[in-house]
Formats: sequence, C-alpha cells, structure tokens
Amino acid sequence: MRYALLIYSDETIWEKMTEAEQMDVVGRYEAVSDDLKKRGQFVLGEPLDATSTSSTVRLRDGKTLVTDGPFAETKEQLGGLYVVDVPDLDAALAIAARLPSALVGSIEVRPIPAYGG
Amino acid sequence: MAEDPAPDAVHARLDAIFRAERGRILAALIAILRDFELAEEALSDAVSAALTAWRQDGVPQSPRAWLVATAKNRAIDRLRRDAALARTLAALPAPDRTQQVEALLAATGPLADDRLRLLFTCCHPALAAEAQIALALHTLCGLTTEEIARAFLVTPTTLAQRLVRAKRKIRAAGVPYRVPEEAELGERLLGVLRTIYLVFNEGYAASGGERLLRVDLSREAIRLARLVVALLPGRSEAIGLLALQLLVDARREARVDAKGDLVRLAEQDRSRWDRAQVREGLGMAEEALRLSREPGSFALQAAIAAEHARAARAEDTDWNAIVSLYDRLAAREPSPVVRLNRAVAVAEARGPEHALPLVDALAREGALERYHLLHVARGELLARLGRGSEAVRALEHAASLAPTAPERRFLAARIAALSNPAP
Repeated sequence: MRYALLIYSDETIWEKMTEAEQMDVVGRYEAVSDDLKKRGQFVLGEPLDATSTSSTVRLRDGKTLVTDGPFAETKEQLGGLYVVDVPDLDAALAIAARLPSALVGSIEVRPIPAYGG
Repeated sequence: MAEDPAPDAVHARLDAIFRAERGRILAALIAILRDFELAEEALSDAVSAALTAWRQDGVPQSPRAWLVATAKNRAIDRLRRDAALARTLAALPAPDRTQQVEALLAATGPLADDRLRLLFTCCHPALAAEAQIALALHTLCGLTTEEIARAFLVTPTTLAQRLVRAKRKIRAAGVPYRVPEEAELGERLLGVLRTIYLVFNEGYAASGGERLLRVDLSREAIRLARLVVALLPGRSEAIGLLALQLLVDARREARVDAKGDLVRLAEQDRSRWDRAQVREGLGMAEEALRLSREPGSFALQAAIAAEHARAARAEDTDWNAIVSLYDRLAAREPSPVVRLNRAVAVAEARGPEHALPLVDALAREGALERYHLLHVARGELLARLGRGSEAVRALEHAASLAPTAPERRFLAARIAALSNPAP
C-alpha cells in the first residue's frame, strides 16, 4: 500500500538553525531516504520551500484568484512529504517515527487509495 | 417462515453456539478477509443458511467449522457479485478483490484462534479511543450497536457511525491484523489493556446516569482480559489487569445497598463479596508481582486491591503496605489521581492531619478541580479534623460535580449528617 507522509513543523525552527545544523537534518533525511530506496519502499520524498514563497489559487465564478501565502495560516506548516510503498499502516507509522521532524513537529500519515485516478 | 415451530430445538442450539462462538468465528473470518463488514455480512448469511440446513440434516459435528466454511463460501459469492457489478458499471472504480477471493480459497486447515490479533487491530492507536472500545465490544464480545450505545449513553445512530468510520479506516488505511512483534508488543499491549480498563471503569463507575453500576460492561472487560491472559500468557501487566478487575468487581454486590445507594469500602458488608472471585484475583495479583522485577501500573493497582481484599474487616487493612504500594505507583505514574488515592491511604495509615496538606496541594494545582472525588476526600478529612463547616462546603462542591444520582444522594446524606450532628 502507498502512504503519503506529510511533514508538518514550525518553519521558524528551520530558519533559526545554523547551516551546520541544517546540514545535519538534511543528512538524517537522506539516510532515511537511502534506506527506503534500498528496501524498495521509496516512491518520492521532497522538502518544500518556506510558506513565504507559496501562492494559493482559487477559481471563483470563472475567475482565477491568486493570493500570496499558504492555504491556511497555522502554527505548523507543511514542509515536505514522502510517498512510501509498504505492506501496512504500522510500517508507514514506523517510517514516520524515523523522520527528524517527528521530534519537533508532526507527521500525518495518509493512505493513497489503490483504485484512484 | 410463518409455520416455524418457534422457538425449536435447532434454533436454540444455533443461538447458543452463535453466542458462545461468534467472536472466534468472526475473528477467523476477518483474519482471512481483512474486512470487518464483509466478514459480518458473510457470517450473518451463514447463520441464516444454518437454520435451514441444520433443520434438514441435523446439527453438524463441528458447528463452528461449518459456520466458518459456509461464511467463506458466502463471502466468495458476495465478492464475485461485487466484481460482476463493477464490470457492468465499468466506469465505477472497484477495489481489486481477487486477492481476497484467492485468500479465501487458500484458507483451509485447522482454524487458529484469531481473537488476539483482532483485539490488537480493534485497539490500534490509530483509532479513536471511543471507537476502539466500541469495536472490541462489538466484534469480540458480540454486543449489539444498541447495547453499546445504551452503555455509553449515546444514540445508536452515533454509535453505528463510529463503528462504520472505524471499520472503514481499518480497511482504507491498512491497519494490520496481527499481534505486534516483540519490539513493540509491550507498548501496544499496554494500549489494549488500557482500552479494556476503560470498558471496565465505565461498567464499574458509570460516568453518568441514574444507576451507579453497569455490570455488563465490567463483565465484558473481565472476559476480554481473560482472553488476553489466555492467549498471551506470562505478561505481568495483563495478569495484573485481570486481577485488579476481578478483585474490584468482587465487591459489586456490597457496593450498593437495597435502595441503590453507594456503600463505602469501609462500611461494606464483606460477607457479600464474591469469595471465589476474590480468591482467583488474589492468586493472580501475586503472580503479576512475581512475574516482573519492576511491576507496572496494573500489577501495582492489583496489589493494592489485594490488600483490601485480604482484610477480613475494614479495620484489619494494612494501610502502611497500601501507602508503600502507592509510593511505587506514584514513582511510575505520578498522575494527580494516583497522588489523591495515596493521600487517602496516608490519612488511614498516619492520620488525617498528614493527608490534608497533600490534598490541599493537589487542589491548588487545579488539575482535579472538576473531579468530585478530590472534594469528597477533602471534605472527609476536614470533618475528621473537626472542621465541620469547611467540610460541608467541600462536600457541597463535590455534590455539584458528582456524575451519578446515587453519588449525589450519598453526599447529600453526608452533608445533612455534618450540618446537624447528633447530640
């Protein structure tokens, strides 16, 4: 089964880190990604840029509305995501628990339906 | 079936078999099908088929195997029907169920007892606590939606929705059907035990309503704990939970009087305790302590309940032993409720003047502000220290927070006695 792991954390934590600390976090993410690839469980994994770079689009009455910023202002922001292919929820939850952001933020684990699209 | 000689012998047999075996049969079907709803539908098909077939051919030698085999065939029929329907409505996306059919056809041989892994699925932490309770009671204990709804004071519709959502999530999110591996078993088992204890507590100290005790839920919680102990032997906390529930439940008859009013532990007629159950509970409480070098919360609570159970009269209670057990419990689990119970034990062991500062400190912290038993304890300590008017105020506050009518009546009587002391 495929699961999306949506990584939420307070992005100011990242901004306040020194470059060495950031490199350390990146390194720990890469270790998880490499391990997932080795096991054939990796589908994709990407960080997202800060919400200050984000734009939101809505179509209302045939008109496209573009606004600055994320869909919703929240204390924790979506900062990256993985898609993994594993046998069951427990395996997906175990991967989520290994992500560095689980220590300071939250990882939402959502199944991707098998018969979508 | 208008000319049914109801209720006939086959019907009664089937009914008895179904009641005794439903949990096991359903667990076996869910384990094969990985789908609660399909398993329930197939089982109910099989039960209808059994009535007709058994009346004709007699009750089979192994009714359970017959029901499982028939339910399997009915599930295959249903899956093939679904597949045919999906082909007709080709636009409709249908889940691929070939795997399920194959698993069904491949599932032969002796039936394993799958209830334990089903319990772990029902109590998966990814499900909401109230859904865990409802699922366990529904699938493993066979309680109907109406019965569970009544027990938890929600409407049957709400309860049914809760069950449907949980079953759907189990399927859609891929919640596994298995006993967790050793590395995570300890933590997950604790989750299962906590859910069972929630069921028990709801049965023992109802959180609302007119009646004080909901016996059925306590009994179901004891059944579930027995199941865990039988299928996962040698676990200190599981045995501790079963012991705790047996010992507390043994006081059931003595805990309320003829009018349905509350009788405190110290004033209970101990001859009305269920002696057989006390004996069993005492043995298990000791076993739970023996099995672990660092006993957990349930084993320690069982040991405390055992101290009470051992005392032939209230005044024989070894309160010093209870205080030291609470010390160990508070070291593991420093929750306000544990500290409150410890303070009550301190009052008995060393005197109310030693306990009141502990309860006052808890009251100041505020975590138990809405918990009526904090104010009950405070009121009783103040009364014993001769501070009557303060005691009455604390008990009045407790009465305003007490959730059940018998508890409110009990407090009203205490307040009346303190306000007009006998000459």
